[in-house]
Amino acid sequence: MKSRNIFLTASGLLLLAALLSPPSGVQAQQPTPSDDEVNAIARQLYCPVCENTPLDVCPTQACKQWRDEIRLRLAEGWTEEEILQYFVDEYGARVLAEPPRSGLNWLAYIVPPLAFLAGAYLLFRAFRSWRALARQQAAEAAPPPATNGKDEYVARLEEELRKRG
Amino acid sequence: MIPDFGLGILAMAFIVSLFAVGAAIYGETAHKPRWVESARRAMLLTFPLVTLAALLLIYLLVSGRYDVEYVYSVTNNAMPSYLKVTALWGGQPGSLLFWAWLLAAFASAVTLRKWERDREFLPWVVVVASVTLAFFLALIIFFENPFARLWQTVDGVAAYTFQPANSLLVTPADGNGLNPLLRHPGMIIHPPMLYLGFVSFVIPFAFAFAALITGRSDDRWIRITRRWTLWAWLFLSLGLALGARWAYDVLGWGGYWGWDPVEIAALMPWLTGTAFLHSVIIQEKRGLLKQWNMMLIILTYDLVIFGTFLTRSGVLSSVHAFAQSAIGPMFFAFIGLTLVSSVALLIWRWPSLKAEVEMKSMLSREALFLLNNLLFIGILVVCFWGVIFPLISELATGQKVTFGPPFYERATAPLFGALMALMAIAPLSAWGHSTVRTLGRAIWKPAVIALAAPLATLAFGITNPVALTGFYLVGLVVTVTIYEFWRGARARQSAHQEGFLTALWTLAGRNRRRYGGYIIHIAMALMAIGILGIEVFQTETQKSLGVGESIELAGYTVHYDSLAQFAHTDGRWVTRAEVSIFKDGVFLQTLAPRYDVYPDGQPMTIAGVRSTLADDLYVLLVNWESVSASQAPFKVYHNPLVNWLWIGSAIFILGTIIAAWPEKERTATAGK
Repeated sequence: MKSRNIFLTASGLLLLAALLSPPSGVQAQQPTPSDDEVNAIARQLYCPVCENTPLDVCPTQACKQWRDEIRLRLAEGWTEEEILQYFVDEYGARVLAEPPRSGLNWLAYIVPPLAFLAGAYLLFRAFRSWRALARQQAAEAAPPPATNGKDEYVARLEEELRKRG
Repeated sequence: MIPDFGLGILAMAFIVSLFAVGAAIYGETAHKPRWVESARRAMLLTFPLVTLAALLLIYLLVSGRYDVEYVYSVTNNAMPSYLKVTALWGGQPGSLLFWAWLLAAFASAVTLRKWERDREFLPWVVVVASVTLAFFLALIIFFENPFARLWQTVDGVAAYTFQPANSLLVTPADGNGLNPLLRHPGMIIHPPMLYLGFVSFVIPFAFAFAALITGRSDDRWIRITRRWTLWAWLFLSLGLALGARWAYDVLGWGGYWGWDPVEIAALMPWLTGTAFLHSVIIQEKRGLLKQWNMMLIILTYDLVIFGTFLTRSGVLSSVHAFAQSAIGPMFFAFIGLTLVSSVALLIWRWPSLKAEVEMKSMLSREALFLLNNLLFIGILVVCFWGVIFPLISELATGQKVTFGPPFYERATAPLFGALMALMAIAPLSAWGHSTVRTLGRAIWKPAVIALAAPLATLAFGITNPVALTGFYLVGLVVTVTIYEFWRGARARQSAHQEGFLTALWTLAGRNRRRYGGYIIHIAMALMAIGILGIEVFQTETQKSLGVGESIELAGYTVHYDSLAQFAHTDGRWVTRAEVSIFKDGVFLQTLAPRYDVYPDGQPMTIAGVRSTLADDLYVLLVNWESVSASQAPFKVYHNPLVNWLWIGSAIFILGTIIAAWPEKERTATAGK
């Protein structure tokens, strides 16, 4: 019976310890993180008030507190991902430099390349139809006189300057 | 008295511009040229009227009339007079008045040109300019009146245009003063340059609109506005460059461009404007792309208004702020109206704007120009989407999202790289027809010479593929462009028996737009060096130092010597550190990073910068952490090659001035 009580107490204590420990499960306290370590994470975050100013260079008091919070969590042994996730959980996805790739946000990443590809395709089709027309016209017209490449360049340049001069 | 007078003058200008619209439309449709002439004169009259209103506001600003809310909010007794004058564009109502004044000036200048050869454009140019002016004047008069005064009512002190019942005029002894960040010389010139660029683009749009409505399908409108467009583009470029320099100098984050929506708002019309500048050349040379050019100028005009809207309506902070702001919906409606009406006109005229010839080859100069347009529009789509998507997300899900530099850099870097490649290839291709063979023959030598750039980079032990590709493209653009100058001058030299330099001078002088354009290409390549330097090689570190301690970065040692805190005569509280800079143990110089706190609590961080062609060492005294003489936090950035960005910007402006400079000989010939 006694041994059972000891077992229960030990299990309870272990459970308590597990609940109280940081999410990464790292037990020991880390040495004080450097400014550079804090900034490496702060650079990826934006506070909701100071629009478009990354956290590592934001001079406001609120942002200083966020940086202190990062320092504290780094000291507790949290990883970079955990700290970023903590801020997202607390303040929403807007704290990240880019929206997470999920749901409606996919549109943010898909639309520009799709628009570009659509533009490129339209351009390609237009070229093809233009070229077909031009070939047809060329077949009907007489072939141009053969010229030496360099003379052609001089003639073109002179023609342009004559037009302007 | 003066505030009421100022508002009255603005109201008159508003009525006169509405009259100009009505008279121009009536005169044209009823075939009564006298009415059109009357509209032209009305347009001319708006300039002295808006000038008078602006001068009255400047007078109020300089004389410290703090009963006027705008004067109270942007000036104070401690500010020198020149800053009080520049406070005209230091806040919303003043900025809008400044916008309207520039537009009235440009519109009046246009109405004074010789209209004999294109009289049919006149009424419609007046209509577009006057509608735009009337819109801005309406915003000022009805929503953002710079002449509103402060009144004490039972509910407290507030700004009203007219005296409310049972109220007393409030005259504070001192004003709030201009935001210290806006007192930097770069920031004093930056907004007027940007506005000059924005407003100048209204004129080419007005001519395009006139060409559409009158059905003139030739390139006359483009020829008339060619120089306007170049000057507009010059000012916009200058505005962007000054803004970048200002950010680098006073924002204290070691960079020059943060992909902030306000920056993007100014970049977007520049992108379409640049695409337009290239594609009009195709229309002039080959009679192609008439419909596309119309689309580009319509887009540029609406992006100008959209840019002003983004920065002025509060929409960026939240869609709800937009809904609450009085001018946001007005802007939105105006953009919609102008866009729909111009696009409808374009569709109506679509068949008459068909190309005169067809494009023959995918490697011809015109085809490559079109590809350049695709890339510029691609960058525009990324920018537009990045600015708009957070609003869509907020409306759809109630969640705001942030688009920081990583999004834009990843999406636009390949497009900018492709643009560099085109800058190298296109000058070597021929109008009309080019084949892989002719192009290959022209490019192989420059392509080999340009290899020197990445090889030199490799010699420094740098193997980053982005840097190597970037530097190769830079080398290629510079080589091809110099080769083009050389080839042209040699051709002329042999044809005219001139000396090489004379030939070069005549060549560039006779075709300023082309050779000015080539100088701009070289400038872009130099700017790319600076951008690559920061994007790829920037390093930074931050550390709190006691006196006598040091930080090491990129071979430099920053040694903390001393700290002084004192009050400046203008009321600023200055905290100034002195640090010694060493490289490989050799003393280079002393820098004095500092931060100033203005009486109203606004801080400004001024970095200590050691700047050379190779790199910048940018030292900040970090004012957001606690600073004391014994312990001060420093942030140090090593920015390799960044100076090339500024050198490139200066050459860019020079190239644009050369391209936009009037060609005297041509005018003389045309006059004969």
